Amino acid sequence: MSIDPATDASTDRITDRVTGRVTGTRLATHDLSLGYDDRTVVDHVTTRVPDGAVTVVVGANACGKSTLLRGLARLLRPGTGQVLLDGKSIHGIPTKEVARTLGLLPQNPVAPKGVTVVDLVGRGRAPHQGRFQRWGAADEAAVARALEVTGTLDLADRVVDELSGGQRQRVWIAMALAQETDLLLLDEPTTYLDVAHQVEVLDLLHDLNATRGTTVVMVLHELNLAARYADHLVAMADGRIVAEGPPREVITQERVSEVFGMQCLVVEDPVSGTPLVVPIGRHHSRRPTLVANGATA
Amino acid sequence: MSAATDSRVGTPGMPAGVDMVRAARSRVSRRHRLLVGALVVALLGVFLVRVLLGDFTVTIPDFVRILAGEQIPGATFVVMESKLPRAVLGVLVGAAFGLGGSVFQTTLRNALASPDIIGVGMGASAAAVFAIVVLGLQGVAVSGFAIAGAVAVAVLVRTLAGAAGGYRVVVVGVGASAFLVAVVQYLFTRASIYDAQAALVWLTGSLNSASWPAIARTAGCLLVLLPVVALLAGSLRLTELGDDTAAGLGSSPRRTDALLLVAVLLVSVGVAAAGPVAFAAFLAGPIARALNGGRTSLVASALVGSILVVGADHLGAYLVPDVNLPVGVVTGALGAPFLLWLVATGRTSRRSS
Repeated sequence: MSIDPATDASTDRITDRVTGRVTGTRLATHDLSLGYDDRTVVDHVTTRVPDGAVTVVVGANACGKSTLLRGLARLLRPGTGQVLLDGKSIHGIPTKEVARTLGLLPQNPVAPKGVTVVDLVGRGRAPHQGRFQRWGAADEAAVARALEVTGTLDLADRVVDELSGGQRQRVWIAMALAQETDLLLLDEPTTYLDVAHQVEVLDLLHDLNATRGTTVVMVLHELNLAARYADHLVAMADGRIVAEGPPREVITQERVSEVFGMQCLVVEDPVSGTPLVVPIGRHHSRRPTLVANGATA
Repeated sequence: MSAATDSRVGTPGMPAGVDMVRAARSRVSRRHRLLVGALVVALLGVFLVRVLLGDFTVTIPDFVRILAGEQIPGATFVVMESKLPRAVLGVLVGAAFGLGGSVFQTTLRNALASPDIIGVGMGASAAAVFAIVVLGLQGVAVSGFAIAGAVAVAVLVRTLAGAAGGYRVVVVGVGASAFLVAVVQYLFTRASIYDAQAALVWLTGSLNSASWPAIARTAGCLLVLLPVVALLAGSLRLTELGDDTAAGLGSSPRRTDALLLVAVLLVSVGVAAAGPVAFAAFLAGPIARALNGGRTSLVASALVGSILVVGADHLGAYLVPDVNLPVGVVTGALGAPFLLWLVATGRTSRRSS
């Protein structure tokens, strides 16, 4: 059932949307274990993030998906193995240099009080500024582009805490964009957003990937949105990757019940044609046999 | 600095957007410049009030003549040996407390995580009292103990609190502070009357012992520490975004720790010169932030600290007739209600809604 990610050919089938050629991988893990204190949360994971694609990590609560993302962003020291960025151990690269290649938007970031949108987004330029090389025209242009792309230019003067949740999340994404990295990692960028804003944020990330070729890696809770927006889907359970590849291959009824411990139907999403997971609870079923026998779509 | 990044910088710009970004940024920095200018004027005003007014009024022309070295009977002595050193030391100590406090509050993202609340100031006091009462030391040696005590407590609190950050630092620090108060009280029961007198200075902040040598020592320390703060201060803009975001932007945790260490040294230099002026470090940052539209400003924090200490010293000297209150009593009286207000309104930790 589980596929060894190292030998899984599916990662190589991803083609770059911009260049149209099959791409390699700049960010990978090898035998990576991560944990807090003595508790292992990510257990010997080897995987490759396909370049120029949107990779989405899904799994039940506490499966280690956020921890894996934090590990990819060098926020955690590996217990075993390593994270490789351009073939080198990420912990061996100066953190500022990493920050010019790889951007991170953590879960629920908190803006300091009183900080305006333009100030916050401007802080995304920090990795490009040296001790003696201060704010310049290139920084201004990058901030303006980031605000433009995220549709937050007209909020430039506003104080971040006073924005709505959807606006605030777009501003944080703008900050990560101002960093102008080729890779962007996001930990549940849609938490606390209503469904309209979730779609808005995901569309924005899709555009970014499509127009700039930015490699996006994100953790998402919502399985159906994950299936719709991912080029490459990674399913985790108990700190391991149980399957990865195109959503159509990864999302099957058996695997969803394995990963989430829930029976479901997998049908075709009438909008996008991607797999759509319809949960089967203990109630509400029009066809009681489904509940008894498991899904038979 | 990859080729891809460079090519993006070169894409045709969006003039309107760039102009908006420039305008929005300049509005923020203009407000900050105005604030700093106003605070400098206010500090100058408080400074002159402290030096010239009071029981013994000195006119500005006389003050200029005294500074030029002229001997005016009575006035020269009062200004040069008491009022001027008090005011100058007040400026230095206030700036040290204001800066140190603001760095702590910003880095740990919690207004309560100020060195005077989490036991750093008390650590300096306890070590100094220990040096006086148990070891029989005096003078600079006691100051050395005070600085070592502050650093030790800061390291201990940070270690015990772990990586979790601001809130735990406050809880552990308040505990450490209470423990240190007990240590000091125990030491006082063992002290001779003479030692107790000398040790008392270390419990309530006071500018009574202001002297030119003390000013020279404090100014010398600040001359070393301030450039270091200036060098590291840029990382505050990242650390105040939270550990993960800051790390994502390439800020090294070592820089944050270095900045905290410098802040501890600033506070302990202040304590070594004037004792733990209650709440000066705690008050300056939030006041400066409120004046700056909610944004952190280290320069404004330092200026507010100076204004607070010099102003409170003047109030302490003349508020109650015939009673010369130490500056720490006044700042303590101001700080306690502010602390209650912070806790009551839930504004301690800087979370957005």
